[in-house]
Amino acid sequence: MATQHSRAAARLMISPAVILLLLWMIVPLTLTLYFSTLRYNLLMPGANPFVGFENYSYFFTDPAFTTALLNTLLLVGGVLVITVCGGIALALLLDQEMWGQGIVRLLVIAPFFVMPTVSALVWKNMFMDPVNGLFGYLARAFGAQPFEWLTAAPLLSIIFIVSWQWLPFATLILLTAIQSLSSEQLEAAEMDGARFGSKFLWIILPHLARAITVVILIQTIFLLSIFAEILVTTGGGPGVASTNLTYLVYIQSLLQFDVGLGSAGGVVAIILANIVAIFLMRMIGKNLDA
Amino acid sequence: MTNIRRALMGATALCVSALAAEAQTTITIATVNNGDMIRMQGLSNHFTDAHPDIALEWVTLEENVLRQRVTTDIATQGGQYDVLTIGTYEVPIWAKQDWLLPLDDLPEEYNVDDLLPAVREALSVDGTLYAAPFYGESAMVMYRTDLAEQAGVSIPEEPTWSDIMSAAEAMTDRENEVYGICLRGKPGWGENMGFITTMANSYGARWFDTEWNAQFDSPEWQETMKDYLTMMNEYGPPGASSNGFNENLSLFQQGKCGMWIDATVAAGFVTDPDESTVADSVGFAKFPNKEGVDNHGNWLWAWSLAVPSSTDAPDAAKEFVAWATSQEYTQLVAQEEGWRAAPPGTRTSLYENPEYQEAAPFAEMTLNAIQSADTQNQSVQETPYTGGQFVAIPEFQGIGTAVGQQFSAALAGQVSADQALQSAQQLTQREMDRAGY
Amino acid sequence: MARAVTTRRKSINTAIAWAIGILIFFPILWTILTSFKTEAEAISSPPSFLFFDWTFENYAAVQERSNYFRHFMNSVVISLGSTILGLIIAVPAAWAMAFVPGKNTKNVLMWMLSTKMLPPVGVLIPIYLLFRDTGLLDTRTGLVIVLTLINLPIIVWMLYTYFREIPGEILEAARMDGATLRDEIIHVLTPMAVPGIASTLLLNIILAWNEAFWTLNLTAANAAPLTAFIASYSSPEGLFYAKLSAASTMAIAPILILGWFSQKQLVRGLTFGAVK
Repeated sequence: MATQHSRAAARLMISPAVILLLLWMIVPLTLTLYFSTLRYNLLMPGANPFVGFENYSYFFTDPAFTTALLNTLLLVGGVLVITVCGGIALALLLDQEMWGQGIVRLLVIAPFFVMPTVSALVWKNMFMDPVNGLFGYLARAFGAQPFEWLTAAPLLSIIFIVSWQWLPFATLILLTAIQSLSSEQLEAAEMDGARFGSKFLWIILPHLARAITVVILIQTIFLLSIFAEILVTTGGGPGVASTNLTYLVYIQSLLQFDVGLGSAGGVVAIILANIVAIFLMRMIGKNLDA
Repeated sequence: MTNIRRALMGATALCVSALAAEAQTTITIATVNNGDMIRMQGLSNHFTDAHPDIALEWVTLEENVLRQRVTTDIATQGGQYDVLTIGTYEVPIWAKQDWLLPLDDLPEEYNVDDLLPAVREALSVDGTLYAAPFYGESAMVMYRTDLAEQAGVSIPEEPTWSDIMSAAEAMTDRENEVYGICLRGKPGWGENMGFITTMANSYGARWFDTEWNAQFDSPEWQETMKDYLTMMNEYGPPGASSNGFNENLSLFQQGKCGMWIDATVAAGFVTDPDESTVADSVGFAKFPNKEGVDNHGNWLWAWSLAVPSSTDAPDAAKEFVAWATSQEYTQLVAQEEGWRAAPPGTRTSLYENPEYQEAAPFAEMTLNAIQSADTQNQSVQETPYTGGQFVAIPEFQGIGTAVGQQFSAALAGQVSADQALQSAQQLTQREMDRAGY
Repeated sequence: MARAVTTRRKSINTAIAWAIGILIFFPILWTILTSFKTEAEAISSPPSFLFFDWTFENYAAVQERSNYFRHFMNSVVISLGSTILGLIIAVPAAWAMAFVPGKNTKNVLMWMLSTKMLPPVGVLIPIYLLFRDTGLLDTRTGLVIVLTLINLPIIVWMLYTYFREIPGEILEAARMDGATLRDEIIHVLTPMAVPGIASTLLLNIILAWNEAFWTLNLTAANAAPLTAFIASYSSPEGLFYAKLSAASTMAIAPILILGWFSQKQLVRGLTFGAVK
């Protein structure tokens, strides 16, 4: 259908975006690859000799590496589970008839507009702090010992904070999807005497499949590089209990200013992210084509 | 006629001021968001009034962010800042890389000999000053005189750690949210490691032997950790492993701590009746030592102003540094906010001033602590490094923070003291091997 | 009236939904309330909810210390600038991908998205050096460029999924009527694409406004947006909850208000092709 001519035009239209992104990817990536083979610490200016794969072997043998890898997966997975399940529940609720639906919707989407640093600071200081935080106060009011969120359950606390930020996004997309579900289908099911459970399982959920994959894809992209929330709340600890890959790379490149090692870590993180990406794309690709 | 003349004069004046504005140098000052620096920013119009040719841009950031920004910029010679706020850790390391301009041409009236010798030495390399101290601190014990009395304990002026532990036990009253002792537990080389390293010094421990071998497997470190954890677990506040200087300060100000051992600069905050509910019942004592070890930790820190060599306005920058750390500035603060608020720990003249001694009950203790801090011989054992509550090598930021994480995890109960020390030993040795020591 | 709902059912729905809504919004509400307390009041136990001496002293203190307006303007220029620049580059690309799909369209798209997974902390030093040499450090231009590039994949993808929903038959019908490519774009496609573009624009302003790594690390005084403004109020020595709350409120209020007012437009295109 498309002519030779329109193909050429299309290529022309796509090329600025592709070229820019190529540059944006290749320039830092080349520099990072290059730096990752040097012994290069910003704090110790010198010759920066070539050391081959030394930085990589050092990064892989870091005792924190496997924990960080696991934490990255837990963090992404945990937030996805909470936001997708919570998002479906909220979307179903908001789809019901009620008074003041508009205002409720405004309240629910608000966290999406809050800067990650601000939300981390607010949760950490004003809620999770065992002495001055609101949760601590509530615990004491009920005669319990305040729970030490950020030390006793650091990763869980971060998952919770991040979920709070992303729940609105999931809810919005899922709500739009639910609203597009034709009422005839539902009515037909209702007339067949279908209970809510089976209606949900056989009609609503399949209809939401595409929306859910979209939520998973977009959130994963952002969640893989979660950083500000960890920096502000736990600093990756206690120990390395809440260190993810991004944070591990941060420690090496911006705390130790070991550019060589940090770059090696960066390359590893990019490769792992791309593996996740390919996996996701496969899944999404299938779902979006259907 | 007169009208025309007036108009002409007005026009000329405008032109002149426009020219002056044209010739104005703008300097960018990077600083920490601590109270004293905020005050400096507030008072800086006195400086610009006296120097109409200099305009000031302020970049005020939280300590960790500031450190990261400033280090990145200076190490890449980015040249974004003309005045840096850095500490006694950075100054000698950066000066050796020629990243800082020497401050050897300060004006006569600056009176460089008035600087406290310990602080001046910490900011000098081979006798040349590379940063001017803005405020300085050592560490000491702050305690609640009323609670001590109530519990029937007295804290001697030079307490030992066993004095501290028994006093902590006596003052603890969990029912009423009073915790015998508050100490830093939040991971970070400048947070819990500042305190724990100082405490370890006073137990006779050291970070490295003279061959740069990590020493966390030594009995001195084991004892330090054992006592630190005992104090915090038995008499400390909940969530202690995320308490840093700031969190402890607010706990103490709210009357929830019996004792707090931390930087001397805190004395000014805990005795401030506007912020502290316990302002008039705070006593001070020397940083404790372990029986038989003649060492009080040797904590020494000074937030200082330095001029990076990448600046394009070195003269204006030095002018500002000299003003902000001068006796004149101290006078100005005293005038505007009272003597108690004067930036402490930098100048002998401040401590000789009877008005300051009167207003600041902690003056003498602070001065003694700073003067007796020896950052060359920080431990009773021989060491290859300098620095009191830190090790003055570039790798320390990373190592100190990683070790701090391990100790924080031990405090949170996730690993045992032995495991924490073992991991600390391994990771320190690993980093040092990599760095080629 | 098969879907008519009883009042009882509606009341229950309302109660549950409001309770959850308030719970989710509560942290923001609490921040705003705390910003009107004194520092001592902010940490008082029991915490005071509404009955305290309302004060503006924190806002006054923040105003005195920082040039809020300049940070605000920087945020506006950077988020708006990068979004518009991004749209200019992305609209043609997404257009071509949607209407003239080739063999590799999907792969190109997926590759674009994968560039977004580049962990910024790992490449800060190279970019910093690059910016230093090109004089882009601490400039709005520099930040506009970086934020355009990091958000471009999302923009392209969002537009692509939206454009793809526009039925091709309409185009063919227009072509039959002898419409030129230009007519096609102006009269047929643009009106249909506007909602998608509007919602992409809004989403990207929000993302750019809240981006806190590059904006903090590539600026000093001149181009520093509100993310840097926040960093000057977190964790100083002494009490800070109230001032932090005031600064936070000032930093999030503009984008929250924008988001609330444009909620309908934002949601209309925010489907990423998930709705058929």
